[in-house]
Amino acid sequence: MADASYTTPAGEYDTQLGDYFALLKPRVMSLVVFTALVGLLAAPQSVHPVIAFASILFVAIGAGASGALNMWWDADIDAVMRRTAKRPIPSGRVPAGEALSLGLALSGLSVMMLALSANLLAAGLLAFTIFFYAVIYSMWLKRSTPQNIVIGGAAGAFPPVIGWVIATGSFSVEAWLMFALIFMWTPPHFWALALFMKSDYDDADVPMLTVTHGRRATRVHVIVYTILLTLLAVGTGFTAIGGPFYLATAVVLNALFLKGAVDISRRDEMAAEADGYKVEKKFFRLSLWYLFAHFGMILVEAMLRPVGLGGW
Amino acid sequence: MTFRPEHELHKRRKGRNIGVGLMLAAFVVLVLALTFTKVTSGDFELPKAGEVAD
Repeated sequence: MADASYTTPAGEYDTQLGDYFALLKPRVMSLVVFTALVGLLAAPQSVHPVIAFASILFVAIGAGASGALNMWWDADIDAVMRRTAKRPIPSGRVPAGEALSLGLALSGLSVMMLALSANLLAAGLLAFTIFFYAVIYSMWLKRSTPQNIVIGGAAGAFPPVIGWVIATGSFSVEAWLMFALIFMWTPPHFWALALFMKSDYDDADVPMLTVTHGRRATRVHVIVYTILLTLLAVGTGFTAIGGPFYLATAVVLNALFLKGAVDISRRDEMAAEADGYKVEKKFFRLSLWYLFAHFGMILVEAMLRPVGLGGW
Repeated sequence: MTFRPEHELHKRRKGRNIGVGLMLAAFVVLVLALTFTKVTSGDFELPKAGEVAD
């Protein structure tokens, strides 16, 4: 074959390694790694460090694979949304076909390797999570129902359960409590984002609650879900994965979070427009710390338990 | 014997190729470490000769 067949026209962009990495949604991956690690370390069985490291890495790769599949499927709507227009596919840095290939290859690799490093149940759960995020959420729910992120939030809630199953080989109430924490946290987190990313979802025809039911209804939904989340998050403090440190943190954070949700529900669009969605943006930022701190405290309780300090 | 001069494409993709190479090497090391850990930990047992024959 002539060398000329390998050349790309002058000025054409050569996909770099960093572009492929961006396809894996590294920020989402970091959250997945953290929550899966907490699930693994909070479990009653200990895991060999090498097996724990490898297993969490394969969970991260699986999460990245589902991110690549999501970007491949959503390239059309990513292109019209300001927040996502610079992603690798809409910006032309990675061809859509390559994103699909990478997503499928990494999905297979991560599930197979997790089955070898941990157990079949954890691998099956990882496969289901990838399927849920790429097919159920991205391909079906996202474009068809305003409940997209409520049900789709389950995909992001599985990692601590996978971490727990890596360690124990089975499910338990504590693992599902961690699942429920992320599941209930997702809707207010994304609805706050939808409130201040004003026209993005409108432009892309994504039926977010702000588009289908209006902004007033979204504000009411934020407070309702936050109340339910608060009950769950504080209640978790009295279970086997909770303890005094977790409970103290949860009480403070949930009081702040609830106040933020009340502020959001009391505002109208005129007030929000006037200060550039200050309250909504503050609530969104707090939501990131909220989840990090709750899981961080579950980890602290688990780490202190062997020395007789953590837990009840 | 003469080596062909490096193609311009190889120069442009050098960083990417080195990155892929390093990742593959890291994967090999990880599989090796996993295998070693599994084999040396208590829960791994080689099947007995009779069991293999069955």
